[in-house]
Parts: sequence; C-alpha cells; structure tokens
Amino acid sequence: MPTLTPIEAVDAAIAEEMRRDSTVLMFGEGTATKRHALLEEFGARRIRNTPLAEGIIAGTAVGAAGCGLRPVIDLLFAPFLCYAMDELVNSAGKLRYLSGGQFSFPLVTLAMTGGGWGVGAQHNHNNEAWFVHSPGLKVVMPSTPADFKGLLKTAIRDDNPVLFFMDIGLLYQPGEVPDGEHLVPLGQAAVRRRGGDVTLIAYGKTVHACAQAAETLAGEGIAAEVIDLRTLKPLDTVTIVDSVRKTGRLVVAHEANRLCGVGAEIAALVAEQAFAALRAPIVRLGGPDAPAASSYPLEQACAPSAEAIAAAARRLMRA
Amino acid sequence: MTRPASENELPQLYEQMLLIRAYEEKIVEASAAGKVPGTCTSVGQEAAAVGVVNALGGADLILTNHRSAAHLIARGADPGRLLAEVMGRSAGYCQGKSGSLHISVKELGVVLTSTIVGAELSLATGVALAQGMLGKPGIVVCFFGDGAACEGAFHESLNLASVWNLPILYVCENNQWQAFVHRRETMRRDHVADWAVPYDIPARTVDGNNVEAVLAAARAAAAEVRASGRPFLLETYTYRSRGHFEPDDQAYVDPAERAAWAARDPIAACRDRLLATGRLTASQDAALADKVQSRIAVALAFAEASPYPALSEMTTDVYA
Repeated sequence: MPTLTPIEAVDAAIAEEMRRDSTVLMFGEGTATKRHALLEEFGARRIRNTPLAEGIIAGTAVGAAGCGLRPVIDLLFAPFLCYAMDELVNSAGKLRYLSGGQFSFPLVTLAMTGGGWGVGAQHNHNNEAWFVHSPGLKVVMPSTPADFKGLLKTAIRDDNPVLFFMDIGLLYQPGEVPDGEHLVPLGQAAVRRRGGDVTLIAYGKTVHACAQAAETLAGEGIAAEVIDLRTLKPLDTVTIVDSVRKTGRLVVAHEANRLCGVGAEIAALVAEQAFAALRAPIVRLGGPDAPAASSYPLEQACAPSAEAIAAAARRLMRA
Repeated sequence: MTRPASENELPQLYEQMLLIRAYEEKIVEASAAGKVPGTCTSVGQEAAAVGVVNALGGADLILTNHRSAAHLIARGADPGRLLAEVMGRSAGYCQGKSGSLHISVKELGVVLTSTIVGAELSLATGVALAQGMLGKPGIVVCFFGDGAACEGAFHESLNLASVWNLPILYVCENNQWQAFVHRRETMRRDHVADWAVPYDIPARTVDGNNVEAVLAAARAAAAEVRASGRPFLLETYTYRSRGHFEPDDQAYVDPAERAAWAARDPIAACRDRLLATGRLTASQDAALADKVQSRIAVALAFAEASPYPALSEMTTDVYA
C-alpha cells in the first residue's frame, strides 16, 4: 500500500474521479498553478485558475452543478467560506428543495482549517458547524490519509453539495492509502479503538489526541473507545449511541469553539437517546469563544490535548 | 437574426403582454382580498420581458429572479401552475415549496431561479460553463435588475464570463427602483450598460417599453453571443409601475414620475401601434381582453382547487 500525505491523497482522489467521469472538473484560486499533474493530465478546460473571488467561484460551481457538471472547488481557507456563504447556503443548500426537486448540486468545496501554521483567525476558523446547521449540505472532515482519499472520492460521486474540511495540522503527515477504488461512505463513523469504559468522540486531528489519550488510559487500566466521526452531516448517530450505551461515559473533543459546536449536538443526542446508560455527566472539550491567535501556544491551546482528554476521562471514571 | 418583429408577430407579443398584465393584476386583487400571498409583480415591465424571451431559441436557458412572472409566462408557463405555486399548492411548478420568489421550470429551460439579489448573476456563469463543457447548444440568458447590478456578484460574474468566454446574454431590466430606493441614490450613472465596458463586454441600452425594439435588440444581442461565444449586456430601460412587493402604496414614489412612465405604458403603446396600423381592430382587442381574462379565471380556479402539499413533504427533496 502506498504512503501518501493527505495533500497527495486529495490529488489522487481528484485524478481518479476525473478519469472516471468526464463531468468532474476543478477550479479555484491557484488550482491550475499548484496542481501541475492534474493540469497536465486533464488540460486547461477541466483544471482552471480563477480570480481571487470566492463568491463567484462558489456561484459558478453551484450553477455548473445544477446543470450537469460535478465541480470540485478549492476555497483555500475556511474563513474565506464567508464570501461564498450565500452561494453555498442559499443556492446549493436550498434550490433543490425550493424548486420541488428539479435540480441537484453535486459539488465539493475544499477548505483548510485548524491550527498549525500560525496564520491567525482570518485563515484559521473551525466553522464546520455553520454548515452542519444549514440544510441541504453535507459536511466531511477526515483524520487519516486513507480517509482523505476515500471520503473525497465518495463526496465527488455524491449528488449533494459537500463541504470537505481539511485539518491543516494533518496535511503533511503521511500514512498508508489504498490504491484505486478506495471509497469511504459518507455518514459512517470509524471506531478507531475498542473499549468498554469511556467513549472518546472526535474528528480531524483531535482523533489522534483521543487515540493518544486512550493509549495513556490503557496503561492505567481504563479501556477507552475512540470514535472518529469522519462525516459531521449526515452524523452516524447509531455508532455514537451504541458506544455510549456500552461505556456509559462520554468525552467529545474538537478544536472548534465549544459553543453550539458539533460536540453540543452529540451531547444532546446522547442525552436524548442514551440518558439511562450514562454513569457520569457528558464532557465537552473544545476551543474558547475567541478568534484563533497566531501566537503558537495560544493557537495550539484551542485544540484539546491528549492530556486534557485523558484527564476528563479519569474524572468520569471517578464520578 | 437582426430582423424586427414581423407583421404577424406583434399581435402575438401583444397578447402575451395582456396575459401577463391580467395575471399580475389578478394577483394584486386576490392578495388585497387576502386570498393569495403578495408578490413582486412585473407590471410595467412586460415589453422588456416579452421582447427578450421571444428572441430566444428552445435550447437557450434562462435565469430569472423574484420578479419572474413575465419571463415565465412569455416562455410558455401555464398561469394555473404558476398561481398554484404562488399560493403554495401542490400543483405548482415547484410543488408549492417555492412560492412566488424562486419559481424554476426546468422543462421550459428556466433554471435555478433565485430571489437573493445578484445570485442569478453568480449562478449564470456556472450554467454557461456547463452548457459549453457538456457540448449543449443554447446560450444562457440572465435577467437581473439595476439593484443586482450594485451587488458585487454582478461585477464578479461579468469579469469571469469575459475572462472565460462564456456565452451569456446579460439582460439588465433597469426599472429605476431597487426595492424602496430609487436608482439615483445608489448609482452615479443612469445606465448599467456603461458598467459592461471595463469588462470588455459589448453592451446596448434599448427602450424597454417598446416590445418591437426590445425584440429586435435581443435578437441582435443573442446573435452576437452565439457568433462570438462571449457575453453581451442588453439593458432594457423600463419602469416598475407597482411597488416592490404587494401590497405597497408607493407613497415613497414621486407622483410625477409615475405619471410620466404611465404615459409610456408598454401595453398601451403596443395597442396604439396595432390599432393605428390596422393590424388590430377595437373589437378584436376587446375579444383578446376577454380571452386573457377567462384564461386567468380558469388558472385561479385551477390553483384554488389544488391541495396544499402533505406535511410529509416538509422534509422531501432536501437531499438528492
């Protein structure tokens, strides 16, 4: 099995899907400049540079998706999605419904997010929950190179608009990626580690912090189950609820602001569907209600650490 | 393709305009009576819509906006299904989920209708890109107002369409009003056509209240888009005779302005020309008026007889 970084896995997924389906094309600011191999193989009609104008990039993609193409667009950094919000939320997310199902919008939007580069809050804003809250959109955020490829291939084939968030902290960390037809279904979480004492739920790079915490906890005789959500919408509620029914304890961790974040939805889901199984209060770990700073220690402190996750799990075991 | 309206075309255009006016006036009357929700009517802009739509071919795609009834009816939409949609009934073109503001009729080539001012402009580039990449015939026609021209999306759309050589006929219906603000307060220039120049897009302004002039200008513009494969901007200079959204007393509008434009009403002007040239008699005109009124009465009865969507429809067609 080849070893790829997530950046390479993304390009591999796009190339495979473009070979498979002539309606797939990709555009964005610097797409043709930076993705040489794709430009060389597929030409300037299907790999395009655009103006630095996220609104028209997204609008063009939505219009093209509504009329038969399958665009992949690169909007670079997640805060730039604000300029594309109308096109993604009001057009891609709503015009299928408002037209009585006359149109569909097979469209993938790539955006980088999270700490790691010290770029500050206008380039680093984990705003994925905004899109989970918007009807008609799907939201994906992988944690492994294999999932970057498998989820992106599935997202390109999906007939709905998909927001594909790429955690900056992971982009250059290589890992094994299956060759060829590796498809990961949307809406299916991965149980990264089995355990019966406490459930740790995360997505993106925080999955690795949970895995590290689980390793530490194992040394203390605490068996943690680690769930990687992979897709934030549709959410794999069955895997979540089943795990908490088994363990009775839940820690949800993500880098995004805790307030109204994905963790809040998961806590509410568990309170509604597995309350009787809970042996301790639910813990949510997440970033503060503050923009992400550029300063390295402040930036890094937004993401829950393995130590904080392990400490939360220990508290729950004593509760 | 630059020919003017032929002898037998003008009466047809006139009848379309009469039908649109009757449809809009029925909505005004029925909404005042609380039977139908309020809408953004196209009263006063019938010639601008009818002239352009009749210049198009069946393979051409149209993007429109919240003020869409004239475009839809000129394209052949059934007033009964339109009224049903406005009333939120299941027989509507969008199964009652759109209401008046975002009615698309894909089978007629009216696609991705949006009420976000400027959204039609940002989607049109993608529609034109798809047409080209999929090798489909037909240009893309995007209707928008002077209000949308003040949105960033207008400038981004024209810039990209020009850079990418997209076959889009931009049609700015400059109706003088942007919701509740007169265009004079928001634009330094009177004509949106001027704004196409820096994007290297040819443009022309036509009297939007003269249906023959609009038809001829739109035919020429569409021919140029087809020949060049590049965008063109046609500005139809016209007037929104009624308010932004019914009901609207238009207390904010200068009565002298309304009177001046009322004297240039596109339907009255067309009728006068037809009568003066003997292509229509007074009795034929009366018969046409009766014909469109009865079509609208049938349409309203059809819409009223259509049931509301079942509540189970609330969550259908969210995802494909």
